[in-house]
Amino acid sequence: METQDILNFTFIGASFALYIGIAIWARAGSTKEFYVAGGGVHPIANGMATAADWMSAASFISLAGIISFMGRDGAAYLMGWTGGYVMLAMLLAPYLRKFGKFTVPDFVGDRYYSNFARVIAVICTIIISFTYVAGQMRGVGIVFSRFLGVGINEGVVLGMAIVFFYAVLGGMKGITYTQVAQYVVLILAYTVPALFLSFQITGHILPQTGLGATLADGQSVLATINSLSTELGLKEYTAGGKSTLDMFFVTAALMCGTAGLPHVIVRFFTVPTVKDARTSAGWALAFIAILYTAVPGVAAFGKLNLINTVNGPENTGVAYTAMPEWFKTWEESGLIGWSDLNGDGKVQYAAGKAFAGKGKPAFGEGRNANGSRVTTNAASGKFDATKQPFANEVYVDRDIMVLANPEIAQLPGWVIALVAAGAVAAALSTAAGLLLVISTAIAHDLMKKTINPKITEKQEMMYARLAAVGAILVAGYFGINPPGFVAIVVALAFGLAASSFFPVIVMGIFSTRMNKEGAIAGMIVGIGSTMAYIVYFKFMGGTKDELFMGISPEGFGTVGMILNFIVAFIVSSMTPPPPVQIQELVESIRIPRGAGDAHAH
Amino acid sequence: MSISKEDAQAYWKENIKIIFSYLVVWFAVSFGCGILFIEELNSIDFFGFQLGFWFAQQGSIFVFCGLIIAYAASMNKLDQKYDVHE
Repeated sequence: METQDILNFTFIGASFALYIGIAIWARAGSTKEFYVAGGGVHPIANGMATAADWMSAASFISLAGIISFMGRDGAAYLMGWTGGYVMLAMLLAPYLRKFGKFTVPDFVGDRYYSNFARVIAVICTIIISFTYVAGQMRGVGIVFSRFLGVGINEGVVLGMAIVFFYAVLGGMKGITYTQVAQYVVLILAYTVPALFLSFQITGHILPQTGLGATLADGQSVLATINSLSTELGLKEYTAGGKSTLDMFFVTAALMCGTAGLPHVIVRFFTVPTVKDARTSAGWALAFIAILYTAVPGVAAFGKLNLINTVNGPENTGVAYTAMPEWFKTWEESGLIGWSDLNGDGKVQYAAGKAFAGKGKPAFGEGRNANGSRVTTNAASGKFDATKQPFANEVYVDRDIMVLANPEIAQLPGWVIALVAAGAVAAALSTAAGLLLVISTAIAHDLMKKTINPKITEKQEMMYARLAAVGAILVAGYFGINPPGFVAIVVALAFGLAASSFFPVIVMGIFSTRMNKEGAIAGMIVGIGSTMAYIVYFKFMGGTKDELFMGISPEGFGTVGMILNFIVAFIVSSMTPPPPVQIQELVESIRIPRGAGDAHAH
Repeated sequence: MSISKEDAQAYWKENIKIIFSYLVVWFAVSFGCGILFIEELNSIDFFGFQLGFWFAQQGSIFVFCGLIIAYAASMNKLDQKYDVHE
């Protein structure tokens, strides 16, 4: 075994031992501990747990890569996935904490005095959470296969076993304290290489300021990338590609979706008081911001490194045989592919697709003479000679930006091992939070509140654990056989949350007049229109010209949300107001005092 | 509930005012500076960044953090004023 493998095993193994140790220490004894950790988590601990819960494999592995390839437009994700917390802190979290139950469907069902509304909420919760969790399991598999040398499927199974252990045993209590540890691991794993990288390239230690630094060529980092990109026929990094309207709608959908995601909301049920819920949202965003504000730097440095390494200092390409080790390692993993379209033996990166179809390489058997992997779907090699000097010959998967960064920057072996442990921590912490939400939705909202209210606490707990086991098995299956919907997790999960939960909860708090007819009609219209739009454009081959006002499917959740609000208000104004005790309930969740009592049913 | 109906309503009104004023800032830095007026702001140089780009990719996030902290502080004060704190 090589030294690097030993390091990887040690780091990942040690982090697992830590998580399992915490899980045994923080076992759940009651349903309240299982669902909301007994409602006694310190706001700072909850902030860290929320941050780990929130920052998924996508944030950790993919986000920098997305920004790297999208440039300025990537800001929709940066602002969307952080700005949602402002709304969460001001419009939802404190009141839901005062309400003092276990789940989002609890609130929807009670506030709108309707089991039908509750069931719609349960269904949405389950769809959102499964879409999301499948991606996490896949992420664990990819990291394991790359860093531990096991197959992706074995990696998924290993990840399932670990999550099984602490989610099923510990419930929310176990998950919360494990997530605190996972936050520490993932934030170190992200920031350490980012600091190294920033210092190497710019001389600034912080990537946040390094991104604005001036390089040896006298230009700023961003200006350098812009001019390199222009030479290669790529869009300028700091220029926008999306229309302003589309950017607006996508950002809004991601923000409102963030504020409406059940696994994020439920975290604010775990703190002792309303005041703690507000403070905790602040801590959560601060912990998230440490990573998110480093992302633009990592993205830009990664892009710069990539162009410099692949195209060489002259920006004309480098011979495959002279490529650094990491290029070949990641080619083995299939995240890099090269096809020598012009036959000059040099790897050349420019605008355009290097491979036919979706642009990803299909690998054949065997090797080319220079040792590179054989690919079977090379693109035509045509290019516009007025815009770029050569055709693009390389496929670079966006996930590489973070995972390969330490190797590209030639950082020490322990940093590489740390990144591997961090990526696993990010995926596992999010997966565990989602699995808990699924199991709570089934055991509490469906079994206890809808189907059979007579079950005892012990039975409910058993159902919750059984549901968690079932959810892990389904999630693992999706991880091994990823269905098509996993690829559109952003559109689907955030679109659904933005068009269903966000408006329904906000109206439930800020309007005493909103009744069940309005809420149900609003949810159905919101979810229905958003789902139809996403399915049409993602699965039924809808073309770009058919987009409604040029709004991409990722942004349609905002339209669904607006429709939800409008329909809800019209229907509710034509139907009788909610019963007096519901109006009193709304009045009472607006006043902080008494949150502790409300919790002990 | 220990507080009177009038007080509860006054508390809620002030709460809405606080939320609204913070959300105005929230909207201005993200949707305003980062999206709607990004081109105009990009002509301003800010520590090596184009200002609009900086707001879109970093600045708005810093402001978001500040907003939640300030909001939590304002609300604590309001809770004390109406004696509804825990």
